Amino acid sequence: MNTPIRRLAVACLVLFVALMGNATYVQYVQANDLNSKANNKRVIDDEYSRERGAILVGGEPVAESVPSDDQFTFQRTYPNGPLYAQVTGFFSYTYGRSAIENAENPLLSGSDNRLFVNRVVDLLANKQPKGGSVELTLDAAGQQAAATALAALPAGTKGSVVALDPTTGAVLTMYSQPTYDPNALASHDFAAVNQAWQALNDDPANPLLNRATQEIQPPGSTFKLVTASAALEQLDLNPGSVVQGGSELTFPGIEYTLPNAGGGSCGGDQITLEQALNVSCNVSFGSLATQIGQGALEEQAEKFGFGDKVIENLASNASRFTTPDTELELPQLAQSGIGQFEVAATPLQMAMVAAGIANDGVVMTPYVVDVVRDPSLRVLDDAGDGEEYSTALTPDHAAMMQQMMISTVQSGTASSARIPGLEVGGKTGTAQRGNGLPNLAWFASFATSGDQQVAVAVMIESAQATDDISGGRLAGPIAKTVMEALLAS
Amino acid sequence: MSSEATWVPRKRRGAELVLTVMAVGLAIFAYCAVGLGAEGRVPAGVVGLAVTLIAVAVAANLLIRRFAPYADPVLLPLVLCLNGLGLAMIYRIDLGYEERRDSWASLAPNQLMWTGLGLVAFAIVLTVIRDHRRLQTLTYSFGLAAVILLILPLVPGIGENIRGARIWISLGPFSFQPGEAAKICLAIFFAGYLAEKREALALAGRRVIGIDLPRGRDLGPIIVAWLVSIGVLVLQRDLGSSLLFFGLFVVLLFIATERAGWIFVGGLLFVLGAWFGYLQFGHVRARFDVWLNPFADPDQNFQVISALYGLAHGGLLGRGWGQGSPELTPFGYSDFIAASMGEELGLTGLMAILLIYGLIVERGLRISLTCRDAFGKLLAAGLAISLALQVFVVIGGVTRLIPLTGLTTPFLSQGGSSIVMNWAIIAILLRISDQTRRPAPAVQAVGEDEATQVVKL
Repeated sequence: MNTPIRRLAVACLVLFVALMGNATYVQYVQANDLNSKANNKRVIDDEYSRERGAILVGGEPVAESVPSDDQFTFQRTYPNGPLYAQVTGFFSYTYGRSAIENAENPLLSGSDNRLFVNRVVDLLANKQPKGGSVELTLDAAGQQAAATALAALPAGTKGSVVALDPTTGAVLTMYSQPTYDPNALASHDFAAVNQAWQALNDDPANPLLNRATQEIQPPGSTFKLVTASAALEQLDLNPGSVVQGGSELTFPGIEYTLPNAGGGSCGGDQITLEQALNVSCNVSFGSLATQIGQGALEEQAEKFGFGDKVIENLASNASRFTTPDTELELPQLAQSGIGQFEVAATPLQMAMVAAGIANDGVVMTPYVVDVVRDPSLRVLDDAGDGEEYSTALTPDHAAMMQQMMISTVQSGTASSARIPGLEVGGKTGTAQRGNGLPNLAWFASFATSGDQQVAVAVMIESAQATDDISGGRLAGPIAKTVMEALLAS
Repeated sequence: MSSEATWVPRKRRGAELVLTVMAVGLAIFAYCAVGLGAEGRVPAGVVGLAVTLIAVAVAANLLIRRFAPYADPVLLPLVLCLNGLGLAMIYRIDLGYEERRDSWASLAPNQLMWTGLGLVAFAIVLTVIRDHRRLQTLTYSFGLAAVILLILPLVPGIGENIRGARIWISLGPFSFQPGEAAKICLAIFFAGYLAEKREALALAGRRVIGIDLPRGRDLGPIIVAWLVSIGVLVLQRDLGSSLLFFGLFVVLLFIATERAGWIFVGGLLFVLGAWFGYLQFGHVRARFDVWLNPFADPDQNFQVISALYGLAHGGLLGRGWGQGSPELTPFGYSDFIAASMGEELGLTGLMAILLIYGLIVERGLRISLTCRDAFGKLLAAGLAISLALQVFVVIGGVTRLIPLTGLTTPFLSQGGSSIVMNWAIIAILLRISDQTRRPAPAVQAVGEDEATQVVKL
């Protein structure tokens, strides 16, 4: 009987080897997959109980973990939460994470591969692992200026301000109104968090939406910067070139005509390109758009970033020139040339247009994470001088565009952004959305002070459809205060 | 077998005592680590517990010295180690529940009491049964007892339906799973029956398609055993025990007859039974579907998923005693205790536990190999292999190697009947081992076996 017993002993060995192999598979091979499952309460609890790294602006924490005396050991707090909410995002036990809290989660929570050595050291020292910190590109003064300026508008006004450093693409200001307080979602009082979450989601103004990167709206006349750029690049014009003016643009064989805003005549039937931009002449740019053609105009827009989710780490939507596969008729092409019809852009996109012009035609990829450090403050990653996105204009054409934008501020529609002693270029926009929706006020601008440059885009949506708003009157002064704040600091 | 007659084994009782104290020490350290990890302090009363456990361990050693001096020296420490680790984990999960729930009746004190009763059962078996061969004379009594024990939970009034399986009886304040006792009775019955009938089963009969089929009257009880296991499956909805009983019988049949055909026949019948179960019973089908794709319905399959998450969270080295969240998995102190161990002790700890089980099985099979009488051989092999099967089925189920079936994890799981009966099994193994390794009266048995060899020619 010993032979079968020996065989069964081997069979038992096989069973145990199978158990061990399977345990190895689950606990080692499959472990990462299982640990990253969304409903894995253990990992959520664990990350929640860890000393999460800080998010910093100018060296000051805008999100940090402070010790708490409940089961989670640490509480995520956001000093000045609403001011930075759109960029920091929230860190909630029940509702997950958003924005930088989400995009940089591996680093902040300490599970990033770059922190492997730290984890081993912590393990040997029997310490809880700590997360690394993230330094943002935001500028506290500019951010505060944008928030104060938007808050001063009539109650219920929605809007967004984005400021870029044209030479690097660093996002200096990103604010969206209305905003929310991430502290309310990070609380350990889950009933209150639940309530806050419901309230935020039920709010028709949608405070959780980052209007700077997520909401695309018709940019109106600010898009004329793109059309003008295309005219310089494609039609070989210069600011002194004569373009069509007059009070309306007609199309052969069609009844529809494209008028100027307010019904004016742009100062004559034949005007220069510079004058057309200064007075924001619809007829001129509509006519230029038809000459440039859909393909070339769209290509110019794409060089500035249209059609692309240009920013990493934040939830964003791509700006568009047309919806996919649309063949524009002439009147629609003319409307597109003045930033109407299907053209829709985020404030970030319009800031990129102004920044590309200011940076001698080179568009930089916008970014919000400046420096990433491990818990011992060693630099793991540095954005440095940024990354080139594309070249939208030759340096000569960029200089012409700068000149025309500066004269628009000096003597044109954008005069509300004038800053004594500084070189400021800008373009206003007042976009119609139809359907009883209120108009949008836009402003895209840049300012130079010595070797410092900023580019700012402002978008404002009034609460009342009946309000008569315009980019020059509403958005211009806000761009001005933000530029002043940024260049002063 | 003849070469073993001249081999004189050493008793190694001293080595056993050292290993036993180490095993108990491990359990006490684990208990302290649980308190430190979960509450930041050493649990109150640890000194008393330590003294009691060490006294019990020394007493068990003295008992073996007196009543089974030649018994295998490794089994007792291995089992004490598992039992102690199980106690520590149950205490740990008590702490976890106390933190999360308003009221929780602690399980650890109860388990400690049952462990004590288990050791009493161990002592009784070792002292009362002085020669395992006397159990063979009671073969059919044990068979009857097994059937009665299996039927008891179905009797109205004392049978209880807990978590969908009707495998409990309650007598006054005590709940008991008679299946655990039935397992021992069945092993004795199978071993006794087959020791008696093995020649008839192996030699008389016809050969059909390469398989030697025994005569109908010899086959009868086998069919009955198969039907009983199917009956357990159908009437009590206890998939695990059904599998265990059937596996036990097929394996013993194979050992007794030395015919591999039985494994194939048994395998075929198992597949048929499983297929029947899958078609007939929703709960069997559900278990199978959960196994294939647990993430299809995260709410329904919460337990299995939570166990997997726990294992993954434990990783290679584990969270450490008291620092994981094994209380998140329902029944993390009984059926799913292997997952709790994997979470807090990591892959390393789970491997160690599997190795301990492997060693127990190996020791059991070694006893079976060296045993000189057919009954002892079959009984030792049956007990060892049923332990292996049980560990495979329950830990394999928890770690999703095979579909989940409800069985206790021997010596680790919370549960009185399981602890007591498993200690009794160890006592029987030690008794057979003592008989086997005892030097003197071996020659006669060898002579008997040689006679059988002549018949084979």
